[in-house]
Amino acid sequence: MSLVSLRLQKEIKMDTPAVDSQRVDRNRPLIRISDFDFSYGDKQALFDINMDIAEHKVTAFIGPSGCGKSTLLRCLNRMNDLIESARINRGKVEVNGVDIYDERVDATELRKRIGMVFQKSNPFPKSIYENVIYGLRIQGIKKKSQLDETVERCLKGAALWEEVKDRLDTSGLSLSGGQQQRLCIARAMAVGPEVLLMDEPCSALDPVATAKIEELIHELKNDYTIVIVTHNMQQAARVSDQTAFFYMGNLIEMNATDQIFMSPDKEQTEAYISGRFG
Amino acid sequence: MSPSKTVVRESMEKSLFGKSTKSKVVERLVFALFRLSTYFVLLCAATIFVDIVYKGGKTVFRSEFPFLNVEFLSDSPQTLHVFEHQGRKYEMSDSKFRSFREGIDEPIVTETYAYSGGGIWPCIAGTLLLVAGAMIIAMTLGVLSAIFLSEYSRPGKILNAVRLSILNLAGVPSIVFGIFGMGMFVLAFGWNVSLIAGWFTLAFMVLPIIISASEESMRAIPQGMRDASFALGATQWTTIRTNVLPYAMPGILTSSIIGVARVAGETAPIMFTAAYALRDQLPWEGLERWYDLFFQGVMALPYHIYVVSAKIPQNEYTSRMQYGTAFVFLFIIAAIALSSILLRIRMRKKYRW
Repeated sequence: MSLVSLRLQKEIKMDTPAVDSQRVDRNRPLIRISDFDFSYGDKQALFDINMDIAEHKVTAFIGPSGCGKSTLLRCLNRMNDLIESARINRGKVEVNGVDIYDERVDATELRKRIGMVFQKSNPFPKSIYENVIYGLRIQGIKKKSQLDETVERCLKGAALWEEVKDRLDTSGLSLSGGQQQRLCIARAMAVGPEVLLMDEPCSALDPVATAKIEELIHELKNDYTIVIVTHNMQQAARVSDQTAFFYMGNLIEMNATDQIFMSPDKEQTEAYISGRFG
Repeated sequence: MSPSKTVVRESMEKSLFGKSTKSKVVERLVFALFRLSTYFVLLCAATIFVDIVYKGGKTVFRSEFPFLNVEFLSDSPQTLHVFEHQGRKYEMSDSKFRSFREGIDEPIVTETYAYSGGGIWPCIAGTLLLVAGAMIIAMTLGVLSAIFLSEYSRPGKILNAVRLSILNLAGVPSIVFGIFGMGMFVLAFGWNVSLIAGWFTLAFMVLPIIISASEESMRAIPQGMRDASFALGATQWTTIRTNVLPYAMPGILTSSIIGVARVAGETAPIMFTAAYALRDQLPWEGLERWYDLFFQGVMALPYHIYVVSAKIPQNEYTSRMQYGTAFVFLFIIAAIALSSILLRIRMRKKYRW
């Protein structure tokens, strides 16, 4: 924990006192969202979100379409910066105690620490090898041995190595949908993030490919903190440790996944989970 | 069954049958009209091409080895001498006539026809130089502006104004570009009638085509590519450089080349800015300094066609030059367009998503 937090603080070039990270207990959340209001232009998308995301846990965001779960996910690595009308009206997002919307924070550095996997698998039209090392290439890393090592480590980490090790120079687009998504996960891992954000990573996949990704998420938990947005409640129940239920831009309820699915506090949550609305 | 139902069914059948006959006739007529219009367009195009290829072919090709009229493709335009000597009829370009006369004592009476002898090599070279330079300038300016418009600019009034002016630029008649080029580059910048003035005039003319085509190609790149790149810690410029431009390049290149091929055929923009009716030296001959290359006028195929068809007395000999030049010109434009198509096919194979 402290190692990671020190690394993050160093990368983001914050002068937060080092004692802070030593004093914190092991249960301190990696990501803390407080009083967070967010809007696209005049349309407010998130209302007063308060949430802690624990390290080395899988956190699932569930809720009906348009409830703001993907929006919140994209706020965590500042992907929303790219949308012109996006505004944060209030509150902050802290990663290891660093406010990521502080003006001193370099968003590109942040995104190397907080990786993202998208709903639609989007490998580049390059070789599998070049896909994985893209993040290193753009940092100017040329050392062949380091690149080779990264490719093997990340493809193994994404459970894709055995399937593609003999054809690393073929196009990433020649892979099946599930393989493409795992390639995207490997690509995200290559830049060495602490957190992986996954935006409905299985929504375009068949059940077999989905099962593989879910299995992978279980293993990734050891090294990464994972936040996953999903429409599929069974998936949330299967893969996550804690679940947050969103509705109309509000965080309705967040709790341990078992708790949410067995005995939710809020009636709305129960109605959604049991399929009565949404 | 009640009688009323039978009545309804009968009238329905009647109306259906009647209508179908009538609508079938209309259908056939309309269809025939469409078909005829298309055939008419085809006929027009075929007439032009067959005429130029048939008549121009007589000038460009020869029935015996090397099957090409080498003089026409490699010599400069000259005066044609037509004369009879010892019972034989000769047609000779001025330079050949002079050497022919050397060995003969008796005077030769000739008829001369301006521009009808020699060839068009300086025009071919000039046109190729004009096209190449205009394309480099137009692509540099066009692609850079397209990157700004597609990737960096924020929607708003200024952007709308920019887009509107680009659209309007595309509608400006070519002679206006010619006048503008003369006022701006030839006179105000003091470049005189020169290659470089022609390059910029042609480049400005093709800019709207290149900008809109490049922007279109870049917008066609899925947003997911950019997102993925950003999410890996790339800056915007890195993303454009590595994940937008390479995939948009096939579209940008092909439409630019086709655009340039189109303006290469324009006479009006170069007639005041770059084209000479006749010039003895080739563009690369007799340069004192290397950059003098840019500051000299050249001969060009479209302007040459104009000169030999409209500026000199017409006869059977000039008509040979006109058709020959038109044929070579068509061939060059077709070759440029074809190369862009081949290039697109090759590049599309490389990048596909």
